Amino acid sequence: MNRIGPYTQEVIEHFKNPHNYGKMENPSGVGKVGNVVCGDVMWLYIKVEKDRDGKERIKDIKFETYGCVAAIATSSMITDLAKGKTLQEAMQIDKSEVVNSLGGLPPIKIHCSVLASDALSEAIYDYLMRNKRVIPKEVTERHEVIAQKSSEIAKRYKEWIAMEEKMHEK
Amino acid sequence: MSKDEQEMKKEQGLKKVYMDYAATTPVDPRVVEAMSPYFTEKFANPLSLHQFGQEASEALEKSRDVIADLMGARPNEIIFTGSATESNNLSLKGVAFANSGRGKHIITSTIEHPCVLSSAKWLEQRGFKVTRLPVDRYGLVDPGQLEQAIRGDTILVSLMHASNEIGTIEPIRSIGEICAEKGVYFHTDAAQSFGKLEIDVNTMHIDLLTASSHKMYGPKGAACLYKRKGVKIEPLLHGGGHEFGLRSSTHNISAIVGFVEAAKLCKKEMEGEAGRLTLLRDRLIKEILKMEGSKLNGHPTKRLPNNTNFSFAGVEGESMVMLLDSYGVAASTGSACSSTELEPSHVLLAIGLRPQEAHGSLRLSLGRWTKKEEVDYVLEIMPRIVERLRTISPFKGWKE
Repeated sequence: MNRIGPYTQEVIEHFKNPHNYGKMENPSGVGKVGNVVCGDVMWLYIKVEKDRDGKERIKDIKFETYGCVAAIATSSMITDLAKGKTLQEAMQIDKSEVVNSLGGLPPIKIHCSVLASDALSEAIYDYLMRNKRVIPKEVTERHEVIAQKSSEIAKRYKEWIAMEEKMHEK
Repeated sequence: MSKDEQEMKKEQGLKKVYMDYAATTPVDPRVVEAMSPYFTEKFANPLSLHQFGQEASEALEKSRDVIADLMGARPNEIIFTGSATESNNLSLKGVAFANSGRGKHIITSTIEHPCVLSSAKWLEQRGFKVTRLPVDRYGLVDPGQLEQAIRGDTILVSLMHASNEIGTIEPIRSIGEICAEKGVYFHTDAAQSFGKLEIDVNTMHIDLLTASSHKMYGPKGAACLYKRKGVKIEPLLHGGGHEFGLRSSTHNISAIVGFVEAAKLCKKEMEGEAGRLTLLRDRLIKEILKMEGSKLNGHPTKRLPNNTNFSFAGVEGESMVMLLDSYGVAASTGSACSSTELEPSHVLLAIGLRPQEAHGSLRLSLGRWTKKEEVDYVLEIMPRIVERLRTISPFKGWKE
């Protein structure tokens, strides 16, 4: 019940003291999602290393986010959830795990948790691509959905952006 | 960051700075005092015949006299309503339905309050034609453009006096003159300006004017619509025939008394208060604009004395508001993320801001209890807040 505005205490804690933020040097993979027109942009960096059993694990993870309270909190939370996990395990993290770990999000902010899990999925996709690896079907499918979404946003706001650019030229 | 956090916690306990007076204001204690007999002693229905009713009726009519006098109107031209939203709805829908025989064209602007824009849209869906005038980069409507937009079937022009978001003061005197010349009703939403700026419905050629209590240190739940004698409107609320048959509902007598007391105080203190607030406002603007990547939204001088609105490159508004809140400062933003529509402010887009600039907007609005120390405190913490959010953001190239 301890809420600040529409947010839980956990959301506010992660927003005020985000974990694992900042740019990463030489990441193994990067996921860039969101659109500045809509107001949320997330960049997620992962460093992947093999553990003693030969399994690929997310050794380190960092994010950079431009966005609202929920966008920053979900970014922070997903880095906590993914850190130390094998790639297999990390691929299973979905938006509801992010939302539940934060004690809930207002319905209108659920898309922020989608953005966070998309960013992780994209970072893994990027890592697998760079290493010319076989990419699991669900990761490829997800990548296509994300690419589709971002081109739709660009299309939807094309006229708007063009109109504004014109205004700025004046 | 942990040190910053400690500092924040320390300050949190100490500070409580309200800079959201444009959203709503606290009620002035003098107003509370004036209202208090009307809850327990003079509580009656002004329409009742008995002595209790007569007492309430006297207070109601006295209130009507005072508020009318404050804007140069006659008492029978004042309709008390429940909110500025209601007054604006009554103006647009009331005029539209009473005058559709003369024409079905209404003119407004792109930067009006949602209650005006939504009413216009609702009328449009019912066969009315609406022209929405664009504004320049300061948010100003061009009277020449208005003149050209008026047609033979135009029945109403509804343009706000001053913007609730960016504080820009519109040239309503020129607009009123044009409307009078063309024989078109002119309504102005003065929710943000009544009590802050001089208003005379006659010299400004205003036919309908919305004023609100809770923006000027009165209670919520009271507002009025000035309606010039002879202007035809249909009521929205039918019933017992209160307010000349134009707004049925038992009078909220305590709120009306409070509204009028608040308006009186505003008028009495207007000149000094406007000067004091303008100094604070301009200090805030001057200092904030020294910050990298900051800009002022709205007009530098044709501006409400208590309004400031900025955009910060590379920073999102809701995050700024939330961090400011953790420092004890109350502000608001036109960012999409704070709205229920997930679209940034229509006003900021209408003045030509790019979506990212609109997302990074912050409104700090001052009022009767704003002190210089509070402005200084905000100026001290703003760079920290902006810097902190920029550190988290992937956009380091916002300077270009």
